[in-house]
Amino acid sequence: MADEILRLERVCKTYNVGLPTEVEVLHDIDLELGHGEFLALMGPSGSGKSTLLNIVGLLDRPTSGRLLIKGRDTGLLGDNELTHLRGHTIGFVFQHHLLISAFTARENIMMPMLADRGFPSAEIAARADQLLAEVGLERFGSNLANNMSGGQQQRVAVARALAMNPDLVLADEPTGNLDSKSADAVFELMRRVNRQSGTSFLLVTHNLDLARRCDRIIEVVDGRIAQH
Amino acid sequence: MNRWLPFEWIAAVRFLREGRLQTIFIIGGISIGVGVIVFMSAMLAGMEANFIRRVLTSQPQIQLLTPDQVARPLRDAAGEIEDAVVQRPSQRVISIDQWPKIRTQMLAMPEVTAVSPTITGSALAIRGDASRAVTLTGIEPDTYFGIVKVPDYIVAGSARLTSEDIIIGTELAKNLGATVGDKLNLQAASSANRVLTISGLVDFGNKGANQRTAFIALRTGQSLLGMIGGVTTIDLTIKDIYAAETIARQIQAATAVEADSWIATNAQFFTAVQAQIYTNTLIRLFVGLSVAFGIAAVLIVSVIQRSKEIGILRAMGTSRGQILRVFLLQGGLLGFVGSLFGATMGALALIYWHAVARQADGSEFFPLILERNLFIYTAVLATVTGLLAATAPAVRAAKLDPVVAIRG
Repeated sequence: MADEILRLERVCKTYNVGLPTEVEVLHDIDLELGHGEFLALMGPSGSGKSTLLNIVGLLDRPTSGRLLIKGRDTGLLGDNELTHLRGHTIGFVFQHHLLISAFTARENIMMPMLADRGFPSAEIAARADQLLAEVGLERFGSNLANNMSGGQQQRVAVARALAMNPDLVLADEPTGNLDSKSADAVFELMRRVNRQSGTSFLLVTHNLDLARRCDRIIEVVDGRIAQH
Repeated sequence: MNRWLPFEWIAAVRFLREGRLQTIFIIGGISIGVGVIVFMSAMLAGMEANFIRRVLTSQPQIQLLTPDQVARPLRDAAGEIEDAVVQRPSQRVISIDQWPKIRTQMLAMPEVTAVSPTITGSALAIRGDASRAVTLTGIEPDTYFGIVKVPDYIVAGSARLTSEDIIIGTELAKNLGATVGDKLNLQAASSANRVLTISGLVDFGNKGANQRTAFIALRTGQSLLGMIGGVTTIDLTIKDIYAAETIARQIQAATAVEADSWIATNAQFFTAVQAQIYTNTLIRLFVGLSVAFGIAAVLIVSVIQRSKEIGILRAMGTSRGQILRVFLLQGGLLGFVGSLFGATMGALALIYWHAVARQADGSEFFPLILERNLFIYTAVLATVTGLLAATAPAVRAAKLDPVVAIRG
């Protein structure tokens, strides 16, 4: 794929290497994701989906194999370079919202930009307000994370994931804790962003209805890609 | 958000504000620790200043004396000693040789602030049937009062000292049944005697000194003690009282007199002052350590509580260095804010204690000394302690594996 954002080549992940408790979680994973693609990752609990997501998100390193992001071999990068690449290329949406409770919705969205630039600015604040408007929460910008509903928090989390204009958003069961109406709203939000800005999405979900609305479904079973 | 504040500062302040109760308690702990340090340091500095003032205003800082008279055994050939036992000769009271020249020399020294020649000897003070042995000190009031603040200790009469006057201790006056204006007959060992008028009574706060002290004019003393034109001691004050011993040794090496510093003559007192300084330092050290452990404990708990948030920040592109600085800043801020409250608490406690605590004679227990430097040093020390105490938790936070942290 010429304009691929992500490529995994024979990626393996083993925990507790050399110990009696050694366990291989991922086996020879090959995967590509193109620009603007919306991919659903399905599979039973414990199949290795979250581990795969962590490796793709540069939060964890594979035991063997290669991971290329925008053509760069991440195995050759140091910790600071990975942090920089992660901050500029990848956005995260977690199942449990995981907003920082000490900050307001607007400030949570500003966080990735603040961490990158060091100081707040009018530009950063304007970008946060724009994203709040995009997720339909412009009136809730000053609310602390804990003072919002689950659906609202997850929309803020999506806005935060988009703050740095990432090429790829990794969403780990973002609708898992939401009622069907909120889940649908959050999914549609991500789909709209995907269509409008061409951001690629890798969505881990157990919801087959949602998965069917994605461009492609991949199933992970026992640490292997079961079907494309 | 203030646009002048960096990301780390904003995150540190927000984390401290969110854990409000925890923050209030640890700031309370730091404040108490800093308050104790400020209170102890200022009180001990005041007490030390008080002690030193009392000691050094009632005696000279360096005293120049005639050297010991020693017997020189006769030798008739090199290496051969005739007398196996050499008896120490009795020490006659003699004048310092060429004392005006030595006084000029002393006045030329930059470290010396005042020089006063005196003559000291024993005499008998007689009034009616009562008589007491006294230590006579013949002085030049103008220069001597600049060294020993006799006027400050006058409790009756005045510090006037003409050739016909005498100033005596309160206990001596009581024993002789005399008071200001009464006549006193002074008889020296050489049988010379003079009748003088009591012009003032002094109380040095020491019963022994008050029983023996008698000040007369230098010329009166010289004639009474049979040493016309002579002096037995030259008293000095210097700029740096703690350099007294060094300067005394320099003077002794450069002149033919013996020089005694207040440090050598009050060795016990000086040791007590030193012990007080060591004790204060130890108290500060241990209070500082307990404050440091308190900050470290609170921040370690904070790191555990916030591990998920640290994981999110890392996932969003926050570097390990930024996380490290967020927690270091929290330690520094806790130390600084705690030091402000602590310094205020310490100062208020000191003002209260200064007003309440009184010596047996009703005078202040210690002078109130609130030096700006003490507060600056304490604030800097508490902030640095906070930073150091935060190092271990901050490193722990920076090293957190984001995957483990997010999973909880």
